[in-house]
Amino acid sequence: MNVSTAEPAAPGTPEPPAQAPAPARQSRLRRLLRDPVVISGSVAVLLWAVAALVSPAFASWDQFLTLMTVASFLGVIAIGQTLVIIAGGEGIDLSVGATATLAAIVASRFMDGSDDGFLAAVLVALGACCVVGVVNAVGVLVFRVPPLVMTLGMIAVVAGFIRLYTGGRPEGSAAPLLRTLVKGDTVAGIPGVLWLWLGLAVLVVWLLRRSPFGWRLYAVGANPTTAYLSGVNTAAVKFAAYVLSSLFAGVGGLLLLGYAENVYTSLGTDYMLNSVAAAVIGGTALVGGVGGYLGTVIGAILLTVLDSLLRIMQIGGGEWGDAPRQIIYGVVLIIVLTAYGRQKRLRQ
Amino acid sequence: MSTPTPTRSPAGLPAPAGPGPVAQAAQSVLSARMPTLAVAALLVLTVGASVLLQPNFFSPYSLSASFATFLPVATIAAAQTIIVLGGGIDLSIGTIVTLASAVSVVLMDGDNSRLPLALAAGLATGAACGLVNGLVVAGLRLQPIVATFATSSVFGGLALLVLPQPGGTASPALTQVFGMVLALYVPIPAVLLLALWLAWRLLRRHRFGQYLYAVGGNADAAYTSAVPVSAVRVFSYVAGGTVAALAGIALLADSGAGDPTLGTELTLGSIAALVIGGTRLRGGSGGVGGALVGAIVLSLIQSLVFFAGVPTDAREFVYGCIIIAAIALAGLLTARSGAGRPASARGRGTTA
Repeated sequence: MNVSTAEPAAPGTPEPPAQAPAPARQSRLRRLLRDPVVISGSVAVLLWAVAALVSPAFASWDQFLTLMTVASFLGVIAIGQTLVIIAGGEGIDLSVGATATLAAIVASRFMDGSDDGFLAAVLVALGACCVVGVVNAVGVLVFRVPPLVMTLGMIAVVAGFIRLYTGGRPEGSAAPLLRTLVKGDTVAGIPGVLWLWLGLAVLVVWLLRRSPFGWRLYAVGANPTTAYLSGVNTAAVKFAAYVLSSLFAGVGGLLLLGYAENVYTSLGTDYMLNSVAAAVIGGTALVGGVGGYLGTVIGAILLTVLDSLLRIMQIGGGEWGDAPRQIIYGVVLIIVLTAYGRQKRLRQ
Repeated sequence: MSTPTPTRSPAGLPAPAGPGPVAQAAQSVLSARMPTLAVAALLVLTVGASVLLQPNFFSPYSLSASFATFLPVATIAAAQTIIVLGGGIDLSIGTIVTLASAVSVVLMDGDNSRLPLALAAGLATGAACGLVNGLVVAGLRLQPIVATFATSSVFGGLALLVLPQPGGTASPALTQVFGMVLALYVPIPAVLLLALWLAWRLLRRHRFGQYLYAVGGNADAAYTSAVPVSAVRVFSYVAGGTVAALAGIALLADSGAGDPTLGTELTLGSIAALVIGGTRLRGGSGGVGGALVGAIVLSLIQSLVFFAGVPTDAREFVYGCIIIAAIALAGLLTARSGAGRPASARGRGTTA
């Protein structure tokens, strides 16, 4: 499992400066210290160490695997979020939470607790998600609705569709195959879902850094006019980003279904803004054209560690309920963002 | 109306030959006013449909009930608009509303004599939350979307601390005054709505109103023109927070009890309302008037879906689809009135 944590940190940090020779060491070190991925990674490790001190059980291998499994849901859902944000134009997809729920609900009804037609269920669920993505893209690209508003409105539509589809009472449950993938112990003592996340992460990082699609995505995000004038089909790139976003949200929803086994209508709600937070903590700027998926992976892990730390410290629960945990979560988020997520000064 | 210079004309956008200067001026005025016209048309449409479906829509009782539901959502939309005009956005606004109403309801505790104190405390809470948001956004220079998401977690948590479960009792005087109907046909909430709009007009005339548009339109240009950009940003959040607290009190007066869990829904509604009302999400263009009408339209659509006899399970879906259509319409009109494609490159400094 260390693969997943160590792998991002190592090749992720010395991106372009890797070629710089010795004289640049000083500035390289400084750049390294300012790198969002490094900062977030250190904060995540720090939080994890604190959690391990508070409760030694936290440091156990099983606990670690559980933590990473929980982080994987956010991580997978945030893939699409990262793509959309990088594509720029105030890109953001707030409908990922609702889309994830939609995938889980459709899949669970088709699966209904058996492996027959597993593939069909997955395809139908992901197909439904793609429809959401297409509608988002059409709204943003054709009708020029700001992405924030379009995807916000889609939450209402998707939630309404879920209500219509289920009649308010979701049925069915996850197929055993899906449950094994998420909870079972498949390969080398590591749950299949983590292998899946690792595979997806490698795929996405490759897509962003080494594929023409990735280059175009950054070009469009950094400056749509120059990209357009350089012959990039900006609309097609953004269209792909929104559809992929819904698709990955759907995959995340399926994994959530495997974890929760039964569905409920607020299954994915928490992932709406947390996926944005994960991307931003990982150094993907909301202006677009900046960032990458490795940062998002770290961001997802950081947020998950923070949440479990607060749970372990038993802040919240008891007479005060959830409240103190929420408050501390928000404060820590601001502190982490302050470390580097700041915008440029007006005076330069 | 909007700031972008028309000099950078992309090929073919303005017809080169054709309309004379007068026609062109008329067209530009029309395009600038387009969002306003569109939302007015939507209002007429929804009111017309309501009258058709609810024959007693204009009865004093029904009017009073309608305005009582309009007022809170419209006020939240107004609060969000002030912030968006200044170039920010506030995802925590719903939790500010619930926190302010929770503080008020706990302090008033069904007692008329404690009403002034409770109202003052609610407003102060809203202003304080706005101040926190403003300092985080303008002082720490965090991106408004994520920063206010973080503070929404804080405010929501505080609301749960103050009022763990929906409940509490508002003071009877508050609810009674709120339910009164003046001169047979004018419910108190309608008067308050008008007062809110007048207050906005005053603000708009004031120097701060001008600054607000300047900062939202182009922060760098505003800065070089000696506009106190950071102060204006902080002030916009404080003003938004205070107005949000007013919405919380209106909500309290309408329902008679506090509810700490409404947060997110209210935020989403406020953003939809202001977009339908023709305010540009990027800041610097639009106004509170449109947002108020937008909120009323949204509210009317919701009750229309109910009265049109749509099956219970399909209601949400139909409502969502209508909202998307309305937003798409508004988006089409707002985007066309501003600059087209190249404008998106301009957004770098001022947004996110």
